[in-house]
Amino acid sequence: MFEYGVIPLDLWVSQFVNWLVDNYRDVFQAIKWPIEQTLNGMDTGLNTVHPLIIIAVVALAAWRFSGIGLAIFTAISMVFIGLLGLWAETMTTLAMVLSSVLFCCLMGVPLGILAARSNRFDSVLRPVLDAMQTTPAFVYLVPIVMLFSVGNVAGVLATIVFAMPPIIRLTNLGIRQVHPELVEAAQAFGATEWQVLVRVQIPLAMATILAGLNQTIMMALSMVVIAALIGAGGLGSPVILGLNTLDIGLAVIGGIGIVLMAMVLDRITQSMAQRKK
Amino acid sequence: MEKIVVENLFKIFGDNPKKALEMIKQGHDKNSIHEKTGMTVGVNDASFSIESGEVFVVMGLSGSGKSTIVRMLNRLINPTAGKVIVDGKDVTAMKQDELVNFRLHNMSMVFQSFALMPHMTVADNAAFGLQLAKVDKQKRRERAIQALAQVGLEPWADSYPGELSGGMQQRVGLARGLAVDPDILLMDEAFSALDPLIRTEMQDELLNLQEKHQRTIVFISHDLDEALRIGDRIAIMEGGRVVQVGTPEEILQNPADDYVRAFFRGVDPTNVISAGDIVRDTYPRIPKTKAGSMRAAYEMLSGSDRDHAYVVDANRRFLGIVSSEGLRAAIESGEKDAPIDKAFIKDVTPVRMDDSMQDILPHVASRSFPVPVVDENNIYKGVVSKNRFLRTLHKTEQKRAVEAEELDARVEQKKLDDAEALESDQAEAV
Repeated sequence: MFEYGVIPLDLWVSQFVNWLVDNYRDVFQAIKWPIEQTLNGMDTGLNTVHPLIIIAVVALAAWRFSGIGLAIFTAISMVFIGLLGLWAETMTTLAMVLSSVLFCCLMGVPLGILAARSNRFDSVLRPVLDAMQTTPAFVYLVPIVMLFSVGNVAGVLATIVFAMPPIIRLTNLGIRQVHPELVEAAQAFGATEWQVLVRVQIPLAMATILAGLNQTIMMALSMVVIAALIGAGGLGSPVILGLNTLDIGLAVIGGIGIVLMAMVLDRITQSMAQRKK
Repeated sequence: MEKIVVENLFKIFGDNPKKALEMIKQGHDKNSIHEKTGMTVGVNDASFSIESGEVFVVMGLSGSGKSTIVRMLNRLINPTAGKVIVDGKDVTAMKQDELVNFRLHNMSMVFQSFALMPHMTVADNAAFGLQLAKVDKQKRRERAIQALAQVGLEPWADSYPGELSGGMQQRVGLARGLAVDPDILLMDEAFSALDPLIRTEMQDELLNLQEKHQRTIVFISHDLDEALRIGDRIAIMEGGRVVQVGTPEEILQNPADDYVRAFFRGVDPTNVISAGDIVRDTYPRIPKTKAGSMRAAYEMLSGSDRDHAYVVDANRRFLGIVSSEGLRAAIESGEKDAPIDKAFIKDVTPVRMDDSMQDILPHVASRSFPVPVVDENNIYKGVVSKNRFLRTLHKTEQKRAVEAEELDARVEQKKLDDAEALESDQAEAV
């Protein structure tokens, strides 16, 4: 039935992206710049500082937000990663995760606040977030590579796209959950909209926002392997290399590194959210 | 002096309030508007004024529009039409920054659900309005502690609201309202969420505070006892309309319609009518300066047809009671030039203007002479005699009995009418 013709949407998309690449190269370079700077700064920083100091700092954070148990677990995990010979890769991954999460927060929290304040904006944003979360990463890897070429920055960009929805959704939810009487009370005492937001709504939504942050970090980590496909370094590369060369051992230690890091980051951010409750 | 004037205030909830307003003007009522358009008439043509320094209670059942009205006073809800004038300024015409300023300094609010900020300490909650008004940190803490001390919560300043009981939380709510030192305090069912014992305690507390520092208080309540207890005047609302405004006595003695009457049916009039309402200055009053002696007093008294006289000082302050019998006995025993104080009847305590009939009943019943009534400065206002007391009681009882019968009859009639209408509807349907 369709032998008479199909809509050449694939062609149109290709032409559109090619046109973007040809005409708006400067724009995309400009977008790339802050991400590149942040990422490189963190990567260099984390790889220069002595591992012991980094282990101490992360363990201290774990101790402060949760307790001595998590601090010990954190220290052991990180030492183990180092002993697997994956320290440099882990630090690169950490830098990528932290930079993408940073940009997710910078964009996601304001977007979530806007969505909480406007039902119309919320209803426009919702399908976009659904698309960001469900579109297979491989689909947008191609245009990202075309626009930003391969490497860590492209990996971070792909990660931002995938990991941003939870922080937006949970910021939105957290602010909507603030009891309307509290907002009313603040207004009755002469609070401006901005004061209502920063004195009442954001502090009370903080636990939920931090739960969103936790989700965002987890999703960012889950992109590590996929990002390695477009040339990003870090713990994804031993996995991809292992896959390509059928080196099961290499793939497994990469996997272990990712899992341990995920557990450490998850537990620390979860206890941060818990403390806010 | 009028502090707040509300003029023809309307609030319509819905997407086309203009149209609903038109319909009200054409004579449609709340129900028919809701049926035809889906819009809700929250407040319908409310007009009243609130005097400076009084406790003005807005009373009505839930859905009567009382919470909407109080929120239009500080524009948490914007009126559809009408004016709210506070100190001569039209609140409804204020721009956003004027409104913020007005809320910061002139009016604060206490909420039914307390609405304390759970992430702030008790002291920070009390200082909330001051913080918004950019009072510096030390001063703000000072004033917050002061406000907390007024409600007896000073020791809890550094706790969090979640650690406090409901009654204590509402004290914090009250302290938050007082800390900014507003002329007007809006209280939206402020004590309704508290259990009865604590509620009464808080009402006393409020009256106490009011005695020390007169503020204009607009108090929303659905509880009649509360309204009678704390209200100087009461506005009764039904279905968005203000049906009657008056002092508790006025409303009790002259209810505007069946709704108000039904409201007041269970009320014991002796709790509402006060000595001040029935006091009469019908007995001889003897200023002590003029009649320093018993002789003069006796002569004054025998010139009237009363057996007792009430002695006051130059400022009309009550001193004591003398009887013609007592005076005669004293004179006969040769003390005629002794000061009049010697002939005072022993153990007389005057009652106060705001004591209820219930309160003064024992005094009235146990004395052979009318009970003297004084105001808060001990100024003599007159007397309440047994006769007057009983007559008042009888009158209200009688009136209430007749009214209750009438009301019952009317309700019965309505039921019959409804039943008939239903039957004829059914007959038609068949």
